[in-house]
Amino acid sequence: MDVSPTRRAFYIGFINGVMGLIGLALAAPAAVYLLFPPKVRKEADWVDTADLSTIPPGTPTEISFERKRVDGWTVSTQKATAWVVKKPDNEVIAFTPQCTHLGCAYHWDDPSHTFVCPCHTSVFSIDGKVLSGPAPRPLDRYMTKIDAGKLAIGPVEPQA
Amino acid sequence: MRTIIDWLEHRTGIESAIKSFLYEEIPASAGWHQIIGSMAVFFFVIQVFTGAMLAFNYAPTPGEAYNSVKYIMTELTAGPLIRGLHHWGASMMLIIVVLHMIQVFIYGAYKKPREATWMMGVTLLLITLAFSLTGYLLPWDNRAYWGTVVTTQIASQAPIAGPYLLRLLGSQGAVGNVTFSRFYALHTVLLPPLTIILIAVHIYLVRKHGVAPAPGDTAPRRKFFPEQVFKDTAGIAVAFIVLFVMALVAKVPLERLADPTDTAYIPRPEWYFLFLFQTLKFFKGPLETVGSVVLPGVAVLTLFLIPFIDRGPMIRLGKRTFAITFVVLAVIAWSGLTTAAVVTTPKNQESADDTETPATETPEARPPSAAASPAAPTDNSQAPTPGAPPAAATLAAWQRLTPEELAGLAIFKKQGCLGCHPGAGQKGIGPDLTRIPAAHRNVAFLVPHFKDPSKIVPGSMMPPVDLSAPDLNALSLFVLTLTPQNEARLLAAPDFVTQGALVYQSNHCNACHQIEGVGSTLGPALDGVGLRHDRPWLEKHFADPAGVTKGSIMPPYKFMPMELDAICKYLLQLPKRA
Repeated sequence: MDVSPTRRAFYIGFINGVMGLIGLALAAPAAVYLLFPPKVRKEADWVDTADLSTIPPGTPTEISFERKRVDGWTVSTQKATAWVVKKPDNEVIAFTPQCTHLGCAYHWDDPSHTFVCPCHTSVFSIDGKVLSGPAPRPLDRYMTKIDAGKLAIGPVEPQA
Repeated sequence: MRTIIDWLEHRTGIESAIKSFLYEEIPASAGWHQIIGSMAVFFFVIQVFTGAMLAFNYAPTPGEAYNSVKYIMTELTAGPLIRGLHHWGASMMLIIVVLHMIQVFIYGAYKKPREATWMMGVTLLLITLAFSLTGYLLPWDNRAYWGTVVTTQIASQAPIAGPYLLRLLGSQGAVGNVTFSRFYALHTVLLPPLTIILIAVHIYLVRKHGVAPAPGDTAPRRKFFPEQVFKDTAGIAVAFIVLFVMALVAKVPLERLADPTDTAYIPRPEWYFLFLFQTLKFFKGPLETVGSVVLPGVAVLTLFLIPFIDRGPMIRLGKRTFAITFVVLAVIAWSGLTTAAVVTTPKNQESADDTETPATETPEARPPSAAASPAAPTDNSQAPTPGAPPAAATLAAWQRLTPEELAGLAIFKKQGCLGCHPGAGQKGIGPDLTRIPAAHRNVAFLVPHFKDPSKIVPGSMMPPVDLSAPDLNALSLFVLTLTPQNEARLLAAPDFVTQGALVYQSNHCNACHQIEGVGSTLGPALDGVGLRHDRPWLEKHFADPAGVTKGSIMPPYKFMPMELDAICKYLLQLPKRA
């Protein structure tokens, strides 16, 4: 006992339509759930670090400080570092300590007066510009401000 | 597209397998009453999908489970919807599985040769219940914890097997880390594949014996696809809409973090187990096992053996009055017991969002000691000038704390407690200290908890607080003063005050003096001492009491300069008692 072609087409259309809608009703919230960033929790934006007078001018200095990190459902205090360059006019630049290629920790090479990444030999100038190697952009920077002679480090500057 | 399908068909035979499944012949009498089995499978798929989604943001340890569920519920977009789908989907799946069984029972579709299909179905019902039971613990809130305590205790009452069952569930001693891990493993690792296998076998058996036709159905058979699939899909669509609306509208409960010491909590199971919960109330003492183990055991065994108890041939629905009466009575009994359980069990007042009135006295609840006017201060940012006791009406919240409580505040700050307990309305790793459950609002709970947090509250991530007994006591007393209203104002107490109170406490000044009515009366009360004396007098007095105050029996105190500064400033700001 077969159903008529019209009715059969209706049944198949209904089945496909309903299953498609249910799939969408599940996939859309799941995508939002997995891809949307969590609602922002307030982090301590600025951290007082070193006394400006202790940073030698013209030579990058690695400073370490503690900052709050929100990681999913936990908030922890973690050690962070920055390469700080104090210019003669007391302007301060603080670079994040990861190479912009694949995130390796780079170091200051005094003889060549450059930052060198040991992973894939990216080389950066003292002001963070890429001199050679695969790094796609200059070194990332923290926001900085000087308050009563102390260097305060803030969030990472948005990339241009 | 056709080429790809042909290629797949040639290599795997998948197209013909699907066609063979879809074009299976079913009796002409099959129809709407047979859509429930497909709906049950659909709901299992929903549970697997939403469960996997939850697992992406869920931390399966007692220390973090609760916080991760809270994170899903409060910080992730669509998190409450996904959890709602899983939570309400579990209830709906159980309802649908039971409806499927009732339909099969009423139609007598368990009769020869479909006995194994029926028994497989009963096993799947039990597995669905096991999913509910094990999943209930995973949010690790009070509801989950206490519900599981009762469940495992029921299991422990089973004759002979009880202790072994308890050990198997990891609940020997108490529900804790091991129970949690075993429930999680059952819920996510063991039960899902087992269910998939059993569903496959169940469907295979249905196909092997064919869908049960109505007695006397001699009409030509028809194909499963598309007509019956259309009906199944329509049923699924309606059920899914109900589920989706519930997930959007009905709030999924998340109470406070599991608290094994909360003696005020009234455990209750999920709604579908309430009938058992109520049944247990009828069996007291040695008869308790009858209600907890024997009756449920007999019921399950009877369900399994129904095909062998009722061996007659299939008869028309209209003549199955006994089966229909049995189902109606069972539904009435279940509803009656469930309603009685709901009505007779007092409600718990708490939830994660509830505000709680502290059971103990708090500084703001105390009458201001020096007050001509009882008006409470609203702004405590004004730190008093040392040496100038404030007027009663301008007393700050912290000025109503005893020296020991203030010393506790100094310790609270020094220990960095704010790192994990950042205060009312702010998210931290630890619970909000202004909403400590009433059962914990005492020093007898807090001091052992500070010494060994995870021993008192299993799963606690808090590190032990290594302090002397008097300091632990002071810390506890301070924590007990906290309320959502006063916390910020208490924490605003100037350091010289808290440090001064700490010096006062550590030198046992209260052995002779009173402040705020606390301490001994051997020496003079120190409230308002700044109105009587100045700083140089105090310093001289500490160095040589008898030389400054004739006849004083107070021993001389040689403080370190910082200590002397702190205690002088603290004493000089003390308000006068009325």
